[in-house]
Amino acid sequence: MAKNNVLTDPLIDNNPIMLQVLGVCSALAVTSSLQVSLIMCVALTSVVACSNFLISAIRNQIPSSIRIIAQMVIIASLVIVVDQILKAYAYEVSKTLSVFVGLIITNCIVMGRAEAYAMSNPPVASFLDGVGNGLGYSVVLVSVAVIRELFGAGKLLGITILPTVNDGGWYVPNGLLLLPPSAFFIIGLLIWAVRSYKPEQVEERDYKISFPVRY
Amino acid sequence: MEAHISLFVKSIFIENMALSFFLGMCTFLAVSKKIETALGLGIAVVVVQAITVPANNLVLSLFLKEGALSWAGAPDLDLRFLGLICYIGVIAAIVQILEMVLDKFFPALYNALGVFLPLITVNCAIMGGSLFMVERDYGFGESVTYGIGSGLGWALAITAMAGVREKLKYSDVPEGLRGLGITFITAGLMSMGFMAFSGVKL
Repeated sequence: MAKNNVLTDPLIDNNPIMLQVLGVCSALAVTSSLQVSLIMCVALTSVVACSNFLISAIRNQIPSSIRIIAQMVIIASLVIVVDQILKAYAYEVSKTLSVFVGLIITNCIVMGRAEAYAMSNPPVASFLDGVGNGLGYSVVLVSVAVIRELFGAGKLLGITILPTVNDGGWYVPNGLLLLPPSAFFIIGLLIWAVRSYKPEQVEERDYKISFPVRY
Repeated sequence: MEAHISLFVKSIFIENMALSFFLGMCTFLAVSKKIETALGLGIAVVVVQAITVPANNLVLSLFLKEGALSWAGAPDLDLRFLGLICYIGVIAAIVQILEMVLDKFFPALYNALGVFLPLITVNCAIMGGSLFMVERDYGFGESVTYGIGSGLGWALAITAMAGVREKLKYSDVPEGLRGLGITFITAGLMSMGFMAFSGVKL
């Protein structure tokens, strides 16, 4: 029961990107094509899960004063492994991702989960928490990437779905969606959609009107 | 000299860290509620970026590059795969040292910037600066310019964002969009504004 929650909670109820505001950088930058974002999701999920597992396995041995450095070293080593694997087997994609694989190290989801969950929970639960948060991240990334690639280029994974005007089809692609700012809008609107569905996630106002207002 | 000036302008406006590469977004969204704190964090980022990018450049050219260790009798050694762990180590160490130095010699500055320094270790803009430096093969001089420029660009973006958000808090935003949602959309509009610079040829 508890383990189930750990795995499914981060998908919508406690999504790392939409509620905890973690790991936004890469979510915005790599989403212009679906293939690249899928690989990014796999990379991030495996790093989060493994680092959570390892950190939690040695959590009682780490002195708390140097725990950040210890976590950093574990995470950085795992990212190096992922980076080398990508370079060996998917060189083209690793060129497109460029610095963003390296930036998994500073991705707040990884550090955040290590600090908030793995440091105080047993290894298996931490592993599941890592997978859950990785999936929560993937849900947002994949949905943004699908919108951007489908409506921006009329393709999904390189296969034409909506034939564009340039190729003799009927669909006029929306060029804005291929440009960086569109990712901001799509995530903003996604947050709006999720919060309309789950009103308890709505944030409080920063101020209160203290006198009666007449409209 | 001219190359340095154009790199400087390019790294502030055209290739703005926050608004064209989306680096340091977590802190960008979390700490941009007030202009003063945003400015403090911005200055801290400029300082750290200006030190860490050149430092990582030295690490790369003196230890990691192929043949860099020939003085130690290993001319064929290519340690670039260790890059990531070295850069993050250098960044974490420099931030820590900076914190101690500021605490000892400039207590006023420490009080103003102190709280932000630990945040900076995990700021992707700092790590991203070093990684871009590696990817684009900057020399030492260029990496100093790039470090200062990209730091300033990030500081500019977060201060502008904080200015917008300070006014935005009094506006009547639809319920689900309140807080994070509208912040994303504001950032998107700002990013579109910064795209205007991409037409500038240097």
